[in-house]
Amino acid sequence: MTKGLQSIGFEKSPYLVSSASVAGKKEGEGPLGKMFDMVEEEDLFGENTWEEAESTMQKEACLLAMGKAHVQAGDVRYLFGGDLLRQGVATSMGVEELGIPMFGLFGACSTSGEALALASMSVAAGYGEYMLAVTSSHFGSAEKEFRFPLGYANQRPLSAQWTVTGSGAFLVGTRRSHVRITGVTIGKIVDYGLKDSQNMGACMAPAACDTIIRNLNDFERTADDYDRIVTGDLGYVGQSILFDLMRGKGYDIKKNHMDCGMTIFDQRLQDTHAGGSGCGCAATTLSAYILPKLIRGEWMRVLFVPTGALMSTVSYNEGSSVPGIAHGIVLEHC
Amino acid sequence: MDYINAFWIGGLICALVQILLDRTKLMPGRVMVLLVCSGAVLGALHIYQPFQDFAGAGASVPLTGFGNLLWKGVKEAVDKEGFIGIFMGGFKASAVGISAALIFSYLASLVFEPKMKR
Repeated sequence: MTKGLQSIGFEKSPYLVSSASVAGKKEGEGPLGKMFDMVEEEDLFGENTWEEAESTMQKEACLLAMGKAHVQAGDVRYLFGGDLLRQGVATSMGVEELGIPMFGLFGACSTSGEALALASMSVAAGYGEYMLAVTSSHFGSAEKEFRFPLGYANQRPLSAQWTVTGSGAFLVGTRRSHVRITGVTIGKIVDYGLKDSQNMGACMAPAACDTIIRNLNDFERTADDYDRIVTGDLGYVGQSILFDLMRGKGYDIKKNHMDCGMTIFDQRLQDTHAGGSGCGCAATTLSAYILPKLIRGEWMRVLFVPTGALMSTVSYNEGSSVPGIAHGIVLEHC
Repeated sequence: MDYINAFWIGGLICALVQILLDRTKLMPGRVMVLLVCSGAVLGALHIYQPFQDFAGAGASVPLTGFGNLLWKGVKEAVDKEGFIGIFMGGFKASAVGISAALIFSYLASLVFEPKMKR
């Protein structure tokens, strides 16, 4: 049922039945390297272009997630998926073979939250036994999309983030597992008028702040009711801005905040500047690192709140500001 | 001695540009335009050519040298053809450089594959 202004608290909470993470070479060399289900040394994944490689990652992640649950593609009612590329081609070309009716989404780096929210809402509403939520990003395709093709060999500033090459797929359903999605808080677009595309963390932090506070109010909780509040890719700069914004509104989340972009790479050893980013960042970290802790009961309740920067290359070049959005997913051990 | 001058002057120009890239929020494209325009202006002020005569490739290879080349080409064409020279001179002077860049890039693309950044 609806809670507060933007949230839903599920009466019959859907289960996160299984998940899978597929990652590239650099991610495999990072702190979470051993935890991913599949790490590919060749970032082309056997394809001819970065875009096709990203599609392959999505397909593999979906197949792995379904395989772990011994579920066939034919058993999955709907698929919710998205990526960073123009017209969402990585997703469309990737999930084509699976033959599952699909909703193509765009939430930038918050897509994993958006997809999980929609999948859970569909299961909770009784529209299907299994739903898939999938998202991906790829360093090569993202650089070509937003900055320059890799062959151009341009220099990247220290404030830039490293787009994660990775895909995370999540099977949400009515079948019992050790993690439930008990609620969602759908975010609104929050825009503080920032135009710096080299500092995404600052552009998205206000949206994260807005959704986290909305979630706490809607569910009548305090920050301490969550073992972790996890943002997607605010990075080192965005995190400190988030702390300041939250403190200004009377909330302190320093103790239990975690950011996927800061976790997925070792900043010193891997030269990843401001941290990891991309749809795949939050998705793979959730699947490989956060969910196992929830399954084990090491964490009992987590707020997963990936953030997205809703700009396009056109809007940016035309001088528009970068609006942010963040979706909150409440995950609980059971 | 020519080689040493070319080396340290070319290096100095690159170092100054690197400071711009690291310390300011200027986009790379803007920095390149700044270099070309500076070269053209310095050429028009008769500063760049003597500088290039001294530094050789150290001044002609960086984009400031390209700006100077554009200025020289336009000036010669205007002196010879009048007003229409504004449109004729630039491409004529830079034709060799631009064609070389295009042709060698194309050849490189036939031989090499893009690789993932480390």
